Amino acid sequence: MRISVQEAPFELGAESDAFAAGVANAGAVVTFTGVVRDADQGGLQAMEIEHYPGMTEKALTAIAEEAMSRWSLADALVIHRHGRLAPGERIMMVATAARHRKDAFEAAEYLMDYLKSRAPFWKKEILAGGTSDWVAAKDADEDALKRW
Amino acid sequence: MDVLYFAWVRERIGLPRERVETTAATVADLVEELRSREERYAAAFADLSALRVALDQELSEFDAPLDGVREVAFFPPMTGG
Repeated sequence: MRISVQEAPFELGAESDAFAAGVANAGAVVTFTGVVRDADQGGLQAMEIEHYPGMTEKALTAIAEEAMSRWSLADALVIHRHGRLAPGERIMMVATAARHRKDAFEAAEYLMDYLKSRAPFWKKEILAGGTSDWVAAKDADEDALKRW
Repeated sequence: MDVLYFAWVRERIGLPRERVETTAATVADLVEELRSREERYAAAFADLSALRVALDQELSEFDAPLDGVREVAFFPPMTGG
């Protein structure tokens, strides 16, 4: 299990390859990548991601450990960036490895649902013209936790 | 104790962290103390339903006791992923 909270970009291919190589007998590897989306047709200049150093790592570790215990996982990886990101940049990735795909898919969804609402990150959209808005948490994201 | 603020809470109060000497028994008591300090605190803590609290880096509740707590953090609902 590896958790990385970092400002630097990550190589999706290299991270996925390294993760898969470490679980050669797993049979199923699922990866998910979150990307800065320009939702407002060219209006987004950047996404600033703030976090709570110390708590972030603890929260992500607890979430990943819970996933490891709930599903039959060979390994799990969470990488989440902070700082200023441009549209199109990768924000985060999760990877899960299991003997069968159902465990790997479900655990990846669980990781995503929990890190969206329970890991201390806050996103701020920097818009054209210099205005900015904190991204509001969605009720749907909170509701998504109830299925687990 | 150390009190930390993140995201718009940090912006409204105007600082990321501060040392607070308090005898507040619960988080809610601490919030009342901070609210009564200055308008910027009152503004940041106007609606507790829009805020979350962590005690020593674990999510907690506003009615939780502060006994033995070294670090309190206030922030809006998280938006990771």
